[in-house]
Amino acid sequence: MRVFKSVYGCAGVLSLALAAGVAVWGQDAPDTGPKARLALKATESHIGNLTGHAADGKTDYRRYCAGCHGDYGDANGENAVWLDPKPRDFTIATFKCRSTLTGTLPTDEDLYNSIGRGFTNSNMPIWNTLSPQQRANLVAYIKIFSPRWDKEKAGEPIKIPAETAVTLDSIAHGKALFTKLECWKCHGSHGEGDGPSASTLTDSKDNPIRPYNFAAGKDDSRFKCGNSNQDIYKIFMTGVDGTPMPSFADVIQPNDAWDLVHFLRTLQINRHGKENEVLSAAHGVIPPYVDKNPAPAAPENKAPGSGQ
Amino acid sequence: MRMWAQSHLCQKPQRATSMLAVAFALVCLILGACQPASAFPAFARKYGLRCSACHESWPMLNYFGQKFKDNGYQLMNDRDAPIWQNPGYWPVTFRFTPFWSRENVNKVAVDTGSGQQSLTTTGFNYGGLDILSGGTLEKNISVLFVPSSDETGKFHFESANVRFDNLLGSPWLNVKVGKFELDSFVSEKRTLTLSANGAAYQLFHYIPVGDGNIFGQLGDNQLGVEWMGHSFNDRTRLSVAVFNSVDGSPDLPYGQNSYSVFIAGSQAFSAGKLGVQRIGGYAMIGEAATTFALQGGAPLSGSGVGNKDFSRVGFEGLFYLGPKLDFQVFTQHGSDSAWFGQGYGDFIDNPGGLCPNINPTGPCNNTGQGLPAGARRPTWNGAFVETHLVWSPQLTVFQRSEWVRMSQQSTPGTPSDLGNLDNYVVGYRYNPFMTSRAGFAFHNEFSWFRERGGAPDGTDLSSSSLMLGFDFAF
Repeated sequence: MRVFKSVYGCAGVLSLALAAGVAVWGQDAPDTGPKARLALKATESHIGNLTGHAADGKTDYRRYCAGCHGDYGDANGENAVWLDPKPRDFTIATFKCRSTLTGTLPTDEDLYNSIGRGFTNSNMPIWNTLSPQQRANLVAYIKIFSPRWDKEKAGEPIKIPAETAVTLDSIAHGKALFTKLECWKCHGSHGEGDGPSASTLTDSKDNPIRPYNFAAGKDDSRFKCGNSNQDIYKIFMTGVDGTPMPSFADVIQPNDAWDLVHFLRTLQINRHGKENEVLSAAHGVIPPYVDKNPAPAAPENKAPGSGQ
Repeated sequence: MRMWAQSHLCQKPQRATSMLAVAFALVCLILGACQPASAFPAFARKYGLRCSACHESWPMLNYFGQKFKDNGYQLMNDRDAPIWQNPGYWPVTFRFTPFWSRENVNKVAVDTGSGQQSLTTTGFNYGGLDILSGGTLEKNISVLFVPSSDETGKFHFESANVRFDNLLGSPWLNVKVGKFELDSFVSEKRTLTLSANGAAYQLFHYIPVGDGNIFGQLGDNQLGVEWMGHSFNDRTRLSVAVFNSVDGSPDLPYGQNSYSVFIAGSQAFSAGKLGVQRIGGYAMIGEAATTFALQGGAPLSGSGVGNKDFSRVGFEGLFYLGPKLDFQVFTQHGSDSAWFGQGYGDFIDNPGGLCPNINPTGPCNNTGQGLPAGARRPTWNGAFVETHLVWSPQLTVFQRSEWVRMSQQSTPGTPSDLGNLDNYVVGYRYNPFMTSRAGFAFHNEFSWFRERGGAPDGTDLSSSSLMLGFDFAF
């Protein structure tokens, strides 16, 4: 094999030169651009026994995330303009899916689960093909974009009590709560996302946002932050930060919250589940809720004429 | 018909015919135009994901891209139906590769002098055109349609299939019908290598010298039906395909009842900081006709009978040593019926039906002719290791080392190493930019190939290829 002769030799040298050139050119860093170069902090994430390192997540962030979330985590990736809803802006560190109270930072595990679960009704895919270590590294990496992670600690996860039994009574109580808490104003009386306020809603960046349509989908329908009853419980107890969906932790007692979960499940009319089975057994009719253990009324709240 | 042409032309040097050796230099140039298909910026535009989300370096899939494919080109995030197209989405991708190359073959038969000479040529060329159209028609129903041309503009259909995924809501029930790539996760259609000697995996097309079985080529898309199942996160994958033994050619032109089966399974597992590893195996077992009715001296389409068997089995693995370095390993033990070993079977590349060992002047049918005394099953073993150093999502350096060794020749007395192959490829691929709109890579590659006993004079045939080019997909 006489490789390095005449044209071949020149081509080989050219190839090597180009290889060296692109090796330098192709350094793995978003080093250029209008913003200052991001210093990689020694940020870590901790999920169970896993420790994620920001430095190790950098390449995967560029590979998988930066197209939407941007090289600087500011939701200005080249695809952001096409997306609805818009990608998360990591620089403000406001996250929808948390196990922590509204306004607090999520736990590392919350972010880890979000990456692996993806977000339904959005362009965020299910990244469960990434290894646990890769996901942990990405969690650490996205924490470098906001100073909040330096100044604040993640919130405490809320306590979720054991689920109560699904009964027609619990569903009826859930429906009463749905009405009392005015969930219907956004989600609609049948949970179809068509309440009177639905068309006016915007997120914290003034982008239009639609309330969740419970009635869409079948058995595979998912909520933004999970698809188990515990996930639904968490959603309305912690709120969905950055959206009009508030936290109801201060106004719903834990056991009452389970009743609301059971009712919300019945709004998923095409889903096969225990809640819809109970409702079907009652021929689809939810009776008016009657409080069997009303709190003792304070004297000043007595109805006019009472005690007469 | 690029992949078809590639797969067949790639085998020419493996057959001891001087005519093919003469054509080898030209074949090298043609092979430079042979490139795998299947990088799909249309999907990137649809979903707003960079090429690197699905491709380790396009067109090679990463685990996420493999899962997307296994789900029927769906991300399973409720944005899969065609109604979610954003303004930049049109479900068609074009790919072509203009390049300069230097091709050398050490011995080519000529009419003058000693009857053979070395041949070296350089020049510009381009790699034909792949048009890839595919995606969802409706949730869990998708199609892939790939008209592909050679550099002369002659088109063939490399893929044309419809698939039904997640039947009964289960990722274990996915069915594909039509012409499709066999489900090896080490995909030749998605290899990073493009040069004349490097574009094809030799093992995916290997045929022993004098063998007439062209139907056992893993690298050729096949016509049939495939069931594929996978776990939700795609860590476990299983598939079974049943297809005609026609090497992907349409219109059932060969055997009356000749079918082959391809079975593949693999399991991925996380190895901590090393990354996700995948190991698996495959088996291709089939039979194909060796006897044809003749019409005007030519084989009659659909008349093939006298099925004989063949098999290809092996291991495949993808091993990561951290986020930047991985190794693809592929092995094969191949075995053909002695009938194929003696030249029966191939009426595609050998339409005249000549069997030098049996009937040099007549048709290569086994009717009344039988096997020469002592004819045996040709068997061989082979392996390749392909390494990718992913310096960044934009820059990948790669090499492949491949070896095929005959373990038993069909005809006793044949040199034991006749047809042994060695193939080495090294190169890099650089994407100056990465977006979700289009793919563009500068590609530089060198490859070297040797076949024992493949030269016109029976000595070793070797060739080399240097390629500098641009790969476009948009």
